[in-house]
Amino acid sequence: MRRGLAGRLRRLRVAAIPAVLVFLASCASHAPQDSLKAHGPVARKEDNLFVAVFIVAALVFFLVEFLLFASVFKHRHRPGRPDPIQVHGNTKLELGWTVVPALLLVGVAFPTIFTIFDLAKEPTKNVLPVEVYGHMWWWEYRYPTLGISTANEMHIPTKTPVRLSLRTIEPGLPAAKGEDFAAGVIHSFWVPPLAGKQDVVPGRVNKLTIQADEPGDYPGQCAEYCNLSHANMRLRVVAQTQNDFQAWVVQQAKPVVVPGGGDAAAGYKLFTGRGTCIGCHTMQGVQGATARVGPNLTHLMGREKFAGDTFDINPENLNRWIHNPSKMKPMRPEQGTGMPDLVDTGPHLTDTEINQLVAFLTTLK
Amino acid sequence: MQAAIAPAPHTPAPGDHDYAVTGIDSRKLGMWGFLASECLFFGALISSHLLYRARAPQGVKLPHDVYDIPYTSVSSFVLLMSSLTMVLALAAIQRGDHRRLRLWLLATAFLGTVFIGGQVYEFTTFTHHGVNLSSSVAASSFFLLTGFHGVHVTVGILWLMSLVGISLRGQLPAEKHLQVEIAGLYWHFVDVVWILIFTVVYLVPNHH
Amino acid sequence: MAVAVTQAPARPFARPKSEHGFWSWISTVDHKRIGILYGVTAFLFFLVGGTEALLIRLQLAGPNGKILTAEEYNQLFTMHGTTMIFLVVMPTAAAFGNYFVPILIGARDVAFPRLNAFGYWAFLAGGLFLYSSFLLGGAPDGGWFGYAPQTIGKFNPGHGIDFWLIGLIITGIGSLTAAANFIVTTLNLRAPGMTLMRMPVFVWMNLVVSFLLLFAIPVITVALFELFFDRHFGSNFFNANLGGDPVLWQHLFWLFGHPEVYILILPAMGIVSEVLPVFSRKPLFGYSVVVFSGIAIGFMGWGVWAHHMFAVGLGPVANSAFAASTMFIAVPTGVKIFNWLATTWGGDLRLKTPMLFALGFIGEFTIGGLSGVTHSIVPSDYQQTDTYYVVAHFHYVLFGGAILGLFAGVYYWFPAVTGKLLDEKLGKIHFWLIIIGLNLTFGPMHILGLQGQPRRTYQYPKGMGWEMWNGIETLGAFIIALSILVFIVNALKTARSKEMAPPDPWDARTLEWTIPAPPPAYNFAEIPVVHARDDFWHRKYTEDENGRLVRIPAGGADEASGVTEHGGGGTTTAEHDDHGDGHGHGIHMPSPSYFPALAGLGIFIIGYGAIYHWWIGAIGGLILLAGIFGWGNEPLAEEH
Repeated sequence: MRRGLAGRLRRLRVAAIPAVLVFLASCASHAPQDSLKAHGPVARKEDNLFVAVFIVAALVFFLVEFLLFASVFKHRHRPGRPDPIQVHGNTKLELGWTVVPALLLVGVAFPTIFTIFDLAKEPTKNVLPVEVYGHMWWWEYRYPTLGISTANEMHIPTKTPVRLSLRTIEPGLPAAKGEDFAAGVIHSFWVPPLAGKQDVVPGRVNKLTIQADEPGDYPGQCAEYCNLSHANMRLRVVAQTQNDFQAWVVQQAKPVVVPGGGDAAAGYKLFTGRGTCIGCHTMQGVQGATARVGPNLTHLMGREKFAGDTFDINPENLNRWIHNPSKMKPMRPEQGTGMPDLVDTGPHLTDTEINQLVAFLTTLK
Repeated sequence: MQAAIAPAPHTPAPGDHDYAVTGIDSRKLGMWGFLASECLFFGALISSHLLYRARAPQGVKLPHDVYDIPYTSVSSFVLLMSSLTMVLALAAIQRGDHRRLRLWLLATAFLGTVFIGGQVYEFTTFTHHGVNLSSSVAASSFFLLTGFHGVHVTVGILWLMSLVGISLRGQLPAEKHLQVEIAGLYWHFVDVVWILIFTVVYLVPNHH
Repeated sequence: MAVAVTQAPARPFARPKSEHGFWSWISTVDHKRIGILYGVTAFLFFLVGGTEALLIRLQLAGPNGKILTAEEYNQLFTMHGTTMIFLVVMPTAAAFGNYFVPILIGARDVAFPRLNAFGYWAFLAGGLFLYSSFLLGGAPDGGWFGYAPQTIGKFNPGHGIDFWLIGLIITGIGSLTAAANFIVTTLNLRAPGMTLMRMPVFVWMNLVVSFLLLFAIPVITVALFELFFDRHFGSNFFNANLGGDPVLWQHLFWLFGHPEVYILILPAMGIVSEVLPVFSRKPLFGYSVVVFSGIAIGFMGWGVWAHHMFAVGLGPVANSAFAASTMFIAVPTGVKIFNWLATTWGGDLRLKTPMLFALGFIGEFTIGGLSGVTHSIVPSDYQQTDTYYVVAHFHYVLFGGAILGLFAGVYYWFPAVTGKLLDEKLGKIHFWLIIIGLNLTFGPMHILGLQGQPRRTYQYPKGMGWEMWNGIETLGAFIIALSILVFIVNALKTARSKEMAPPDPWDARTLEWTIPAPPPAYNFAEIPVVHARDDFWHRKYTEDENGRLVRIPAGGADEASGVTEHGGGGTTTAEHDDHGDGHGHGIHMPSPSYFPALAGLGIFIIGYGAIYHWWIGAIGGLILLAGIFGWGNEPLAEEH
């Protein structure tokens, strides 16, 4: 029978696994979306609070588990033992283990509430506003003070509070009377190395401040189930020095460079014509091409990945994508959410035409 | 005329089907429990309405714009009177007057039907003014709340009618007055909910 | 009884008489049989929900999983959560409540036996209705929480969500009737001397849960109807474009949803409170405090709901208020844990399988409770919410807590129901495997959540650093599955075995051990008179001046209690005359009835009418009316 010390120690070991594992979290191998490796002041405040409370929780954990194992080890039945003394209660103990945890929690409540209000404060100095629009299943960013818009990859200058306004829209669906766009579903904007998440809720404009200490690539993703491709609604925040950021802004503002000839020129013609692409995608410099159903592609090649920061941008991926977007990323174009199949439906693009489109897209620096 | 009920010599013992430690008959206690849950049901519906009562798209009428308070006051009064007739029905069976019992039960059902009829007319008028389930969330929440209330009244009417039927078959003697009392509890509750709805939904003005 | 007034019942309304065979189960109103129906059905759903979990874990074992499509995965995680909560944990608690609450309070049955049966049929109807969705166009894929607006028609056409909405309305009706039944039973049918403060803690927890259900089910019912109306009748409760507010759904859902988690855990806590004293051979430490903590949790549970909504943007004031209330609900919870530890301390611990599961509950639930406290730290919850950290938290409290507690109940009460003991060796293997399995499955989820893995995602990419822990979790899930297999083997082996347990095999404390096992239909030959908490224990033992136990000589009946020592499998002459149905004693048990099952069938069909064609609903309505009509018209008892 597994009753002796071996059994006890084994039980200790398996129950201690969770605590030890969580401690190992901070020394884990490369986890780019790690929320405990703060790269900005917002995440740092959240982190510090967590670590402090976690330590308290871990101490309570060890105390309770120790008492459990000690009791089992000390008081397990051995033959010849008399029946135990019948204790019914102890008022002092009851008071003690009610009041002490309550006081501990009061102690925890104060910094918590303080930080809640601190994080809710509107930053005042040097703020860069960015409008975030959650679509199914990609992120649109518009910079109202800089006059640019892009998708999925948000560039920000370091050491600057970036105040995000979060909205959800579905331009692919019919809008209500008096509204510009149909409201979308709930999403959640989350870039863990920089800040905790904030939901993107139809009917309200939530705000979130993010700020990065140094330049770098900070990944994140949607964190509120938005059905089919919720898992593929990734994002990244690229923090750059002021100079690099300015250069990026200037580039983003430029209109499309129309290709001179060859496949790329044919692709441009398709993009702005028969291909129906500008029906959904913005192409700066093209008359009337301001649609927001799909991402702004004017400077596509300046990004790392596409389709919700999911796939590497290279000609094969782009080709496969245009051939059958829903095969690469599940979507519901028939319901107005997602990119339609342009081969079997709509313009019925041929392989050659797709090659030409890809040739054009790869010129969009 | 049947004699008034004689005092019951039977004291329920543990294990008997009518044993009740609290002194309240189990069926009555069960009805109170059900009514407690109904408070939360109507509470959630009323809360939804309180949130939405002033929300309508531009140019669309709110329910508040089409209420006819005098009309609804009359139908509320009708429902209130039905509680009175319900009380009279219970008093009748308690003194063994089965004809009056059926009379007052029918009166209650009748008044309830008048109330429902009045609501049907009222809601039809609203829809002619463009206030319907889809026209605005204010209207959606109004109709869901009053609609569920109406369903409750209707269920009550059917219940009362079946009590009339049971009484006509001679199966509702004075000793079974609890069955009428429990129906009465339900009926009064539905009436009180209406008072609440009438006050909160109709009478309290919207703040724009 | 006004016999003269009633006429002989028409044939269709004569109460059925069958006591054996299939139809006897359809028409039973015996709380014990209904308990078995709940328990077996819930266990079958447990296997289904567990299979769904295994499929989920297979998909997530490695990056870019290809075992399931996104649609399939989204349906599976929706069904897994919905099944485990509504079709497994709640009905298993109902199984124990149904079987044992009447016996524990010294009653013969619940207050409303036919309503009790109806509650089971509503549960079965709702569960089957929900699962029929797989065959009728696809299961719901909106998550168990069904957040609008991704569940409104614009974003989720098709019938899946409707099956979810109506399935839950149907099971909700069952839960509501069961709750009212338990409240009246517990308040009104207690045996003489069974004051409220002498009731077993399990009965208390069941009472608190019944009140929680009574008040919480109507709130979610309103939400479900509002969403159904949005999807089918053009209302706009949750359509933001037309003035609706999706956050209203969240408020209504979580106003139900938070009390719901206490509904899920309190019965298991009640079971632990029964098992620990028996296997420590000491009374429960701080009985009144444990009871009042349970009541406090019931009350406070209504004030914390928005802690599921910290990232919704309710504002710092609301977030702070709910942070505080959430922190403080940890206090009564902690108090219970300390009282349980003090119960074992200084005891003489018999480490049999029920005790192992109860101790396992304490160890595992504590982890879940503590991660819950970290959730109340709102700023860090901004990182934790919607990640695997939450998944870890609730699986520790629901699996490490509720499921372990319910298994403790299974092993503990198996001899009271069947007269046989489950195999100890297999029981211990089950226990150790499940402990290892659950910690391997859910422990690493804390890490993955903090490392950025969100929940409800059908795949994750390479390069996130999540592969190793996900792989370990999948292994852990299969270890859990293995442990359940061991349990099934144990149950089947014991069912086939002819070896009967001795009466009162655990030397226990409460009334269910004073009657034969399996119990006769009427439970008690004579309703007991109760003199103390743990009355049965006090008929066996008294305490000397040092508080040490002194055994009362066997067979020495305590005259004043009115009950003899013949519990367990023994028989008295009175019971020899009895065919187990009370006739020999002149005990009238409520007669069986088909009408609760008929009413359940009616509701089941109405559900399809709501989705497909109104006339299907009309047919269902007629069947329901027939059920109610028969229910009201059948005689109260069979004629002799």
